[in-house]
Amino acid sequence: MPILELKNVNKSYGTGTSKVDVLRNINLSVEEGEFVAIVGFSGSGKTTLINMINGLQFPDKGQVLLHGNPVNGPGPDRGVIFQNYSLLPWLSVFKNIKLSVDEAFPNLSKQEKEKHINKYIKMVNLSHATHKYPKELSGGMRQRVSVARALAMNPEILLMDEPLSALDALTRGTLQEEIIKIWSKDKKTAILITNDVDEGILMADRIIPLTPGPKATLGPEFKIDFKRPRDITEINKDPHYKRLRNDILEYLIEVGATRKQTSDQKYLLPDLKPVMPGRVFFGRKKKNEKVKYF
Amino acid sequence: MKDKTIKTIKFFGLSFLEPLLRALSGEETQKNLASFIKKTLFPIASIFLFILVWHLGATALFNKEAEARIEKAKTEQGEEAAKAMADCIASGDVSCQPNTLPSPQQVYQAYIALWKDHLQISEKKSDFKEKVADTNAQREEQGLSPITYTGRPSFLDQIGTSLKTVAAGFLLALFIAVPIGIIIGLSDVLRNSFNWLIQILKPVSPVVWLLLVFMIVKTVITDPNMDKSFIISFISVGLCAMWATLVNTSLGVATVDKDYINVSKVLKLSIGKQIFKIILPASFPLIFTGLRITVSVAWMVLIAIELLAQSPGLGSFVWEEFQNGASDSNAKIIVAMFVIGIIGFLLDRIMLTVQNFMTFSKA
Repeated sequence: MPILELKNVNKSYGTGTSKVDVLRNINLSVEEGEFVAIVGFSGSGKTTLINMINGLQFPDKGQVLLHGNPVNGPGPDRGVIFQNYSLLPWLSVFKNIKLSVDEAFPNLSKQEKEKHINKYIKMVNLSHATHKYPKELSGGMRQRVSVARALAMNPEILLMDEPLSALDALTRGTLQEEIIKIWSKDKKTAILITNDVDEGILMADRIIPLTPGPKATLGPEFKIDFKRPRDITEINKDPHYKRLRNDILEYLIEVGATRKQTSDQKYLLPDLKPVMPGRVFFGRKKKNEKVKYF
Repeated sequence: MKDKTIKTIKFFGLSFLEPLLRALSGEETQKNLASFIKKTLFPIASIFLFILVWHLGATALFNKEAEARIEKAKTEQGEEAAKAMADCIASGDVSCQPNTLPSPQQVYQAYIALWKDHLQISEKKSDFKEKVADTNAQREEQGLSPITYTGRPSFLDQIGTSLKTVAAGFLLALFIAVPIGIIIGLSDVLRNSFNWLIQILKPVSPVVWLLLVFMIVKTVITDPNMDKSFIISFISVGLCAMWATLVNTSLGVATVDKDYINVSKVLKLSIGKQIFKIILPASFPLIFTGLRITVSVAWMVLIAIELLAQSPGLGSFVWEEFQNGASDSNAKIIVAMFVIGIIGFLLDRIMLTVQNFMTFSKA
């Protein structure tokens, strides 16, 4: 039985004429221990999709099932790594993580909690910054804190909403490796939302493209069967990688192009007549009076 | 060490001293000295310019008033009286001095006089304490309240009373406005329901608040031993000043960053934890801005309210001096004006420091 299942999920925003169908007929099933990447262009509804899995939003139609039970709110069984880190600026690294540990493991003693938190801080290589505040950290370090905060809850599913898109290429590479290293240790189920096909190929077992919105839906899946641990330079040389990458990109571009062609939106241009500069009349205009321009 | 000192003075809002410290420690002496001159010496020069303009203005007003007096003496009593008046003014006799804007010098003298007066009164007080020490001890044994000094308060005592009133009013505002602000901020329904009341009451003048509080306190407190004027004035000060905090708190609570709310939802925090761990810390910057405005407003309305409520303090000092009409009354009023201004400025700085201490800064 799959750990997570989305059945015919539809979601729209707004009402009446301004109603926008964001997602339509989303079907997805994720097995335990799998690493799934959902790749899509910006604005295609990726964040809406992940918010419905973590329980911050609910589908209009269809179901999100976790272990076969419908999701009715957020829970500590799903750890979320937000795109913009969402660290609380008035708490230190330690206390930011402690907030989630307090919720996930309320019965641990103080020492056990401390040990637990420090373990995860060490895991993301931030031991030297335990008592620093978010404003004193770089973007990459902040995202690591966010990763540690999500992992420290020991969730069944790790949900990552474009976790690395705000980082520079170099930090991005190291963090990708780190996340994979941590993930491969205890093989949690992971769902990664990204706009970077390479990132998906490097990290995931399966890549599922999300077609451009509105009315975005999931495309055919691409299996990634490179051996782990993957090395970006080696994969780069592999001809299979190039083909795969091109296939996915081509698919995404193609759907994007057809979407543009089939757009049934009509632009009604207003019927305007040019107004000539001339005299301004006050009061009623006399009939048959000739208006002199210039 | 140097960096730490600089950080400390910056924290207390004294950053204009930074270049001097750097220059003294030998760091880029020329550049820092230039910066010191620009940041510190020019403002000091502007103080002297202000005093000069004041002095010239006061002299001009003095001459105008003196001429008017002489002219009046001339038309009413003749040449002789006019001459006598001119001599009298020139001699500096108290009886015929023009009553107008005092010069900086006169204000300084009035300041010295007030200070001497304070020393005298505090001497009298300690004398009195010594004298009644034995009696008070006896009275305490008998369960009676001790005899206290009931003489005229000095200027410094008046300042103390005013600060006490403002502190009480500020605490009242704090304890009313912050909890109500949080509750209103958390609920859209409550905010919409009570918005009209807040918007209408916010611009009401301190005088009207005073009268309203007077109506209520007069009925509620019947014990003649209680200091009614103090109660009335501090409640009025609190009611006048609390609106900034109330509006800012509810705004701060209502507009907490959605990311933080999402974090609290994902972590499934309880309502209490959500309020105390997420919402309150996130709205501290706005709450403290509101409190800072509250302190300034409280200090500003205090003078008017003390004046009307007959409660002792700087306000009644100013009013009594105005009614008094002694030769140095005007100068004393100007002294009080500067004292009020400087204390207001210091209170604002204290609140700013507390605000810096309590709030986080975003990256």
